[in-house]
Amino acid sequence: MVLEASSATFEYALRLGDNALVLGQRLSEWAGHGPVLEEDLALTNVALDLVGQARLWLGYAGEVEGNGRDADRLAYFRDQREYRNVLLVERPSGHYGDTTARQFLFDTWHLYVLQALSASRDERIAGIASKAAREVAYHVRRSGDWVIRLGDGTQTSHDRMQAALAALWPYTGELFAADALDLQMLQRGIGCDLDALRVPWKAHVSRIVAQATLTLPEDGWMHGGGKTGRHTEALGYLLAEMQSVARSVPAQRW
Amino acid sequence: MVSAEAALETVWAWLGEIEDPEIPVISILDLGIVRDVAWSGAGGDRALRVALTPTYSGCPAIAEIERAILATLHANGVEQVVLERRLFPSWTTDWLTDSGREKLRAYGISPPQTRAVDPHAPIDLTSVLEERAACPRCGSARVELVSRFGSTPCKAHYRCTSCREPFDHFKTH
Repeated sequence: MVLEASSATFEYALRLGDNALVLGQRLSEWAGHGPVLEEDLALTNVALDLVGQARLWLGYAGEVEGNGRDADRLAYFRDQREYRNVLLVERPSGHYGDTTARQFLFDTWHLYVLQALSASRDERIAGIASKAAREVAYHVRRSGDWVIRLGDGTQTSHDRMQAALAALWPYTGELFAADALDLQMLQRGIGCDLDALRVPWKAHVSRIVAQATLTLPEDGWMHGGGKTGRHTEALGYLLAEMQSVARSVPAQRW
Repeated sequence: MVSAEAALETVWAWLGEIEDPEIPVISILDLGIVRDVAWSGAGGDRALRVALTPTYSGCPAIAEIERAILATLHANGVEQVVLERRLFPSWTTDWLTDSGREKLRAYGISPPQTRAVDPHAPIDLTSVLEERAACPRCGSARVELVSRFGSTPCKAHYRCTSCREPFDHFKTH
């Protein structure tokens, strides 16, 4: 099915925005609960970057849609089936190894996607992507440092990091599985070639995993569906928490 | 209504008085986020256009800065102002002024380094991220990274191994 140009751009911007928003919300769960003060600050700063990026993407999506929905409207008044994020970012935060693995696998992919989109023929997408890419460059350095620190740490941290990687690995396939919308946007020179990002992604992930004395999980059956609105149970709880205030007092401003 | 349009040099001077809300020792001009100021339009549409390039996507200071710009311009008799958020090219610490860097150092924040490479070039993840931070208190280059993120998105947290003081480093971005 080929979507009309503006609806395709709307859907595409939603995917980018929802990835950033959902992961930003996940990281915000750590506010006040970080293992050390520095990490509490780091995670909330990364969350702030991601929520800021989500605001830009969803703001653009709303403009393209032209129905008067702004970033807040799109964030707070869409239900689970209308969210377009990949499943990886909605996975529960778990322990610090789980959060670190989720972050590292996503950050690496995110950086390559944003760098590719910096050359998008859609100037607005290129502008947001090139700005976000330079923020994400810090995210990926930080999360990589922590994979190494935990992987090459104690026997316990090593085992837990390895288990976290194994648990999240089946969610990495979706990152590179281009569907009709991805291909349509690629053909129009607006989207990026997801398949082409597989090699640099795997190269960086393997390098860090090896440095962390961990083993790269085997590719097997992969989950999918997030990009078209079929999510895991975890997203519903996340949205319920994130949207509750906006939905209880819909006209409230501060 | 203003009888005469303010000269652009005067407008820049007004903007130079506006402090960054997070780091009040530097102005928004020191920060390099004001990219363009120009009069445009005719008749009733005549307006002063100010283009701003935000630092980090999620930095809450930008809304505060926009409010301050509007208040300053209105107080100086400029009634019609159009603020533009210009995302491209994205903000880089290469745009920080030399005096801004010196003010940061005096305030206790290690300033970002200026780079020879294009700040907008793709990032090579195989390279080591080298920040040359120096202790803003004792000047020592013997420092260590505590965390890549500090009190705000634009800063990292370091420790001086000479005088043992912790300090914020404005990340090279």
